[in-house]
Amino acid sequence: MALIRKAKQSPWQHKHLLGLRDLKAEEITYILDTAKGFEQISTRSVKKAPPLRGKVVCNLFFEDSTRTRNSFTLAANRLSADVIEFTERASSVSKGETLLDTARNLEAMGIDIVVIRHNAGGAPKFLSRNINACVVNAGDGFCEHPTQGLLDVYTIRKFRGSLEGLKIAIVGDIAHSRVARSCMWAMTKLGAEVIFVGPPTLMPAQVDRLPVSVSYSLDEVIEKVDVINMLRIQFERLGGNPFPSVREYSHYFGLTVERMKKAKPNILVMHPGPINRGLEMESEVADGSNSVILEQVKNGLAVRMAVLFLVNQATAMRR
Amino acid sequence: MKVILNSEQIEQILRDLTSRIISEIQPPLDVAVIGIRSRGEILAQRLSSRLTEELGKNVPCGTLDITLYRDDLNSPQSSSQPQVRTTEIGFNIDDKIVILFDDVLYTGRSTRAAMDALIDLGRPKAIKLAVLVDRAGRELPIQADYAGYKTDVEPGNSVHVFLSESDGKDEVVVE
Repeated sequence: MALIRKAKQSPWQHKHLLGLRDLKAEEITYILDTAKGFEQISTRSVKKAPPLRGKVVCNLFFEDSTRTRNSFTLAANRLSADVIEFTERASSVSKGETLLDTARNLEAMGIDIVVIRHNAGGAPKFLSRNINACVVNAGDGFCEHPTQGLLDVYTIRKFRGSLEGLKIAIVGDIAHSRVARSCMWAMTKLGAEVIFVGPPTLMPAQVDRLPVSVSYSLDEVIEKVDVINMLRIQFERLGGNPFPSVREYSHYFGLTVERMKKAKPNILVMHPGPINRGLEMESEVADGSNSVILEQVKNGLAVRMAVLFLVNQATAMRR
Repeated sequence: MKVILNSEQIEQILRDLTSRIISEIQPPLDVAVIGIRSRGEILAQRLSSRLTEELGKNVPCGTLDITLYRDDLNSPQSSSQPQVRTTEIGFNIDDKIVILFDDVLYTGRSTRAAMDALIDLGRPKAIKLAVLVDRAGRELPIQADYAGYKTDVEPGNSVHVFLSESDGKDEVVVE
C-alpha cells in the first residue's frame, strides 16, 4: 500500500547543495528529518542500504581534508554508490588541466554526483552550471561548508530538541571560516541568535550586514550562551599578523577550564575540527562532559547520507 | 466510496489473527511484530499488545521504514519523492519469528522492500506476512500468511485504511 499511496510533493527539489544561504528553513529542516532516518544504518548488522546502487559519486577535493572527505566516502558507500577519489596532487591538475576540464572528463566516465572542495569561493556553483551531475559543496573558499552547518544544527537539535531561541556563540577566526558562514545561515534560519566572537582583525568585512551580533570579548559572552562553537585558527589562510601571539589569542579567546566555570552548566561545546589543542580549546574542555565534538562527526555521516540521497532523488524526479 | 470494513470487523480480524498466531507458533519459538510505516505500524502495535496479553510475556514490536529499499526510487514514473523516516526496532530480530504487518497487500512490492530491509537488520528464524486487506493484483510472487479480508478491487480504485490512532476512526474504504 505504501508504494501506491501518492505522497505529497517533496519539500526538497534541488539537484545541487551549494550553500545554506539560499535555502528555506523548511528545506533545512527536511534534510535534518531525513538524516534521522539514516542514522540507524550505521548501528545495525549490515551497515549499508541500496538507494544509490549503480550511482557513481566523485570526491573532487582541491584542498586537504580528513573528516569531510572520509565522511562523504563512507556516506556514499553506505548508500551503495561507487566512489571515485580525486586528489589534486595526484592528478592532471598539476599538468595544468582546468577545473572544468577535469570535471567534464570525470563526467564522461558517468559520474552522477560530484562532491567538491575548492579554495576558490563559487567553484561549486560554477561547476553546477557547466556539468549535468549533481554538485555538493564540501567547502569553497571562505564562502560555505553546507554539510558542516547542517551537521552542527542537527547535533544541537538532537541535544536541545530545537534551535528556537537558543543563543549561540561562534568564536575565533570568523573571517576565514566557511563553517562560520554556513552555521550562521542554518542557525539563524532555524530561530537561534548567533554571536560572532573574536578579535576585530578576524571579523569578516561588512559583518554588520550579516544576521548576527558581534562581540570582541569571550568573557562577556560565555555566561549567556547555550552553545559555543569554537573555530580553528586557520594558520594556512592567515595573512599578516591578525593577533600578536598565539599565547595572547589563547588568553583572550581560548576555551579554557577556567572560562568554562562561568558558562551555563549544560552548555554544548562544539568544534568543526581539526582542533589546535591548547590554542582555541584546552584538551580538558575538548574531551570534557560538555563536548559534543565526536557526536558532530557521527552525525555528519547521517547528514551527508541524507544530502546525497536527496540530490539524487531530485534528479530522478526531473528525468 | 464504499466501506469494506468497519471497526467491529477490524476488531474481529485482529482477534482471529491473534488466536491463529498463538495456535501456530508454540513456545519455545520467539515472536516479534514489525509494522511497515505508517498504518502497519499501528496494526503491529495492536497485535503485539494482544499477543503480549494472551501469552503473558512481552512480544516486542517495531516499526520499519522501507523507503530506502523501494524499487521505484530512481524511476521517473514515481510521482513524488518519498520521505525517509526512521526504522525503530529496539530488539534483535535474530532467530525470532517476525510477523511483518502491512495494512494492504497489493502489488507485493512493499513486502519485497520490507523483506530486504529486515534481512539487513539480522537473520530472523522466519518472516510471516500479516495484512489487514489482501487486494488482488500481485506483481511479485508474494502471498500473505495471514490475510484479514480479501478483495478484488478494480485497478484505478484505491483502498484506504483509516485507524483511530492516526485518523480518529477504524475503517477501510474503496474509492
